[in-house]
Amino acid sequence: MASGETQTASEYIQHHLTNLTFGLHPENGLSFAHGAAEAKDMGFMAIHVDSMFWAILLGSIFCWVFYSAAQRASAGVPSGLQNFVEMIVEFVDNSVRDAFHRENVFVACLALTIFVWVFLMNLMDLVPVDFLPELAMALGIEYQKVVPTTDVNVTLGMSLSVFLLIIYTSIKSKGFGGFVGELTLQPFGKWFIPFNFFLEFVGLVAKPISLALRLFGNLYAGELIFILIALLPWFIQPVLSVPWAIFHILVIVLQAFIFMTLTIVYLSMAEESH
Amino acid sequence: MDLAAAQVIAAGLMLGFAGFGTAIGFGLLGGRFLESTARQPEMANVLQAKMFLIAGLLDAFSAIAVAIGLYFVFA
Repeated sequence: MASGETQTASEYIQHHLTNLTFGLHPENGLSFAHGAAEAKDMGFMAIHVDSMFWAILLGSIFCWVFYSAAQRASAGVPSGLQNFVEMIVEFVDNSVRDAFHRENVFVACLALTIFVWVFLMNLMDLVPVDFLPELAMALGIEYQKVVPTTDVNVTLGMSLSVFLLIIYTSIKSKGFGGFVGELTLQPFGKWFIPFNFFLEFVGLVAKPISLALRLFGNLYAGELIFILIALLPWFIQPVLSVPWAIFHILVIVLQAFIFMTLTIVYLSMAEESH
Repeated sequence: MDLAAAQVIAAGLMLGFAGFGTAIGFGLLGGRFLESTARQPEMANVLQAKMFLIAGLLDAFSAIAVAIGLYFVFA
């Protein structure tokens, strides 16, 4: 908390939880928002530039590292990077084999992307909370929220993509009639269609929402606790932040793993007929 | 009662119930895990992976409650 003299604690937290928003403001035109109220005025079409930037950057890093490892892959004794990449790919491959009911290259690729990408985005949580925002402040950028997965838009975006894939696989494997039938004809047969539809529809829509909110909630709580620790006097901070960071390593990997596993399970459920 | 006081009480309830639910859940989960590994030690690795998966699922909704609760208190 370097510039703490002029800010109250609540302002400090607010500042850390505000995204850098870019959009069409009714008065200022196309601009960056100065504060949460202005960001709200921009409405639905505004973009969180910082989340997008970090998410795309991390995604590119993931692609580049894995691509360069694949380029230099050899059949002999693997080097360090190749070993590491092979370990991750094998781990994901095993998870897909366990959870998906048949061999499927597409789902394996999707699972790998989700796992590594979510993991990298979560990993930004371990960067000290003031480091990048202060750096951005020095460069003249007012707000900076560096963990993309603490932005509900990012997690919902990912889970909605998974949701569309669920519907697509469902229709592809069972036909449109089969998909609609699954939504309306169980569990109570054709005389209870509205009731069945209500039950199954809630079940279907709950999938992407719970997927997104689970990831978001965990990371948001973690980030908020790091921010609260940063408000304490400097000599107490390491005593609390180090154990929390060590515990958080577990949460980071676990949430990426859960997002991946649930994606596989949902797609597997969508493809199998009942 | 003013709004700030109500918010603090609501946040306390949220944090409390979240902790309560997770504590029971983790107790059941860990206990069952130990029980089943004692019965079938060769299954320990498979069960451990599954246990962590469920631990993450269990953690999630209390973490959401904690996040919203802390947000109410401090921001």
